[in-house]
Amino acid sequence: MTGVVDTSAPPARPARLVDDFAPPLILPGAHQLCAGCGEPAAIRSVVEMIDELGLTNRAVGVFGIGCYTSFSPGMDVEVLQALHGRAPSLATGLKRVQPNTIVFTVQGDGDMVNEGLQEVIHTAARGEPVTCIMLNNGVFGETGGHMTATTVIGQRTKNSLEGRDPKKHGYPIRMAEMLAPLDGVAYVARGATNNAGNIFQLRKMLRSALQAQADGLGFTFVEILTMCPTGWFLQTGEAPDYLEDKLQAYHKLGIIKEVAAP
Amino acid sequence: MSLELLEGSEAIARAMISAGCRFFAGYPMTPFTEVLEGMAEHLPDVGGVCVNAESELEAVGMAWGAAAGGVRAATGSVGQGLSLMQESIAELCFARVPMVVLNMARGQGDYYQATRGGGHGDYRTIVLAPADLTEAVELVQLAFHLADKFRNPVMFMGDYYLAHVVEAVDTGPRLFPPLGPKDWALDGSTSGTGKARIVSPIMPTKRDAEVFIEYGDYLEGMSGRMAELVAGVDPLYEQGGCEDAEYVVVAYGTPGRIVRYVVEKMRRDGVKVGFFRPVTLYPFPAEALVAATRSARAVGVYELNAGQMIDDVRLSLSDRPITFIGGISFDDSGFGIAPELTPAKVEQRIIKAMAQARAEMAASAEMVA
Repeated sequence: MTGVVDTSAPPARPARLVDDFAPPLILPGAHQLCAGCGEPAAIRSVVEMIDELGLTNRAVGVFGIGCYTSFSPGMDVEVLQALHGRAPSLATGLKRVQPNTIVFTVQGDGDMVNEGLQEVIHTAARGEPVTCIMLNNGVFGETGGHMTATTVIGQRTKNSLEGRDPKKHGYPIRMAEMLAPLDGVAYVARGATNNAGNIFQLRKMLRSALQAQADGLGFTFVEILTMCPTGWFLQTGEAPDYLEDKLQAYHKLGIIKEVAAP
Repeated sequence: MSLELLEGSEAIARAMISAGCRFFAGYPMTPFTEVLEGMAEHLPDVGGVCVNAESELEAVGMAWGAAAGGVRAATGSVGQGLSLMQESIAELCFARVPMVVLNMARGQGDYYQATRGGGHGDYRTIVLAPADLTEAVELVQLAFHLADKFRNPVMFMGDYYLAHVVEAVDTGPRLFPPLGPKDWALDGSTSGTGKARIVSPIMPTKRDAEVFIEYGDYLEGMSGRMAELVAGVDPLYEQGGCEDAEYVVVAYGTPGRIVRYVVEKMRRDGVKVGFFRPVTLYPFPAEALVAATRSARAVGVYELNAGQMIDDVRLSLSDRPITFIGGISFDDSGFGIAPELTPAKVEQRIIKAMAQARAEMAASAEMVA
């Protein structure tokens, strides 16, 4: 219906409050993340895909430690809070004893690639039917912008002030490409939250990964490039383009592995 | 009751399954390895899961996830492997996740690690230390009961001897008072209900909870948790010959068993000596130790280390001379087989310490005169 709003009578339904527009499974109240952060859109995409697939009453999120941890009490989804780096092992134990659950982990690049790299590799190689999600912004956002193992070459951080130099700091790890070749891995993709088109693609990736878990195909992994204007020392509005120009140049978007259902 | 002749590790594994343990994860390290072998063999028979973890860090994490799913779960290692798990053990206390942690120690050098812990923050774990297999199969089952009752990790302190000694034991289920349902455990069923559960060491409530708990308040509450453990866990101990003893020897675990043997022999020889063996290392049976040493002039502590439990003995007894009569004893095997741990050598140490205590008493009496 288009045209002039009819004000001759009270509206058919009363005016709605902001909370009425809150996405499903996100609890009312503000998250504590910075303006321009790419993580809320990522978390929202995850829980909305769980909702869309009708998996809500089987879902448990296992959270690592980072800025995104403020969502651990902020979702109407069961949460198991893990230590820094250790979420994939907790997810393994939970899924093994409650096989009907849909278990997803949320970790940052510092959590997954720096602190707990071997956890996710072994979980993938064991083919644990869980979905590991990595929010990759190339910095330790919570500490204020320090170098991680995925920080791209040339990227300035508080402990690589002149930009990441391979001679001093080594090369970044491409996590999705590292996990994809392992047997037991059913789905691997890398998406981003820097524009609507990428979020649309990301939602399809998350949907595929969660569906693959529900179908018992094996380990699934979605890496999500997220903006961190605070940790990148940029104006909020510059962060989406920085992500595309710098991070995406090294960490390419797309579906890297997709094992078809038998 | 059906007695079977079993090696310690096998008996402990069977008793854990009798206690309802249905998830186990571990990384091999002798003498813990044999328990892992037993769990890998027997757990699938009862529908349980045993995962060969790729590290101790992952083992304790997997058991954490399984325990959060409401299943009785356990892991363990030797002191070195448990060093790697300390961060998780501390946070399991904060997250109030019940778990049994086997500490199949080599010598007794890990008393501090077991009773104080090497993790961060204000936490304690209940610690149970058996001296023989009959006690071990009881205590490992009690460990699961206490873990669930207090929603706190419980450490079961075995040792090299306990793991490898062969004794006739009944590993069948023991009865404990019923516990309430695990209405905090996770299975996904509360997601989307507006009351989704959270199991977290840092955020015990969802942000829309009717009673929201701040992190600081939660941590402050942990001090109450430790008082709850001290008040709620019955202190367990064994004593003998203490009624009229002029000297009491305190020892735990396998060395406690050997001290018991030596003291019983010395009493038959007419020596007024007693022994006291703490079974709960935390909470430490302090009041019972005070009562047991009422007639003693002096107290000796025998441990296979440089003197660790002696701290808890000193904290319990303020008015009695306390001497350390143990020592580090090691052989080429590296497993703390302890050449010093022979009855004849233990007896010599007790005789020497008693003579010294008598001499000191006489000297101080002379000074008073």
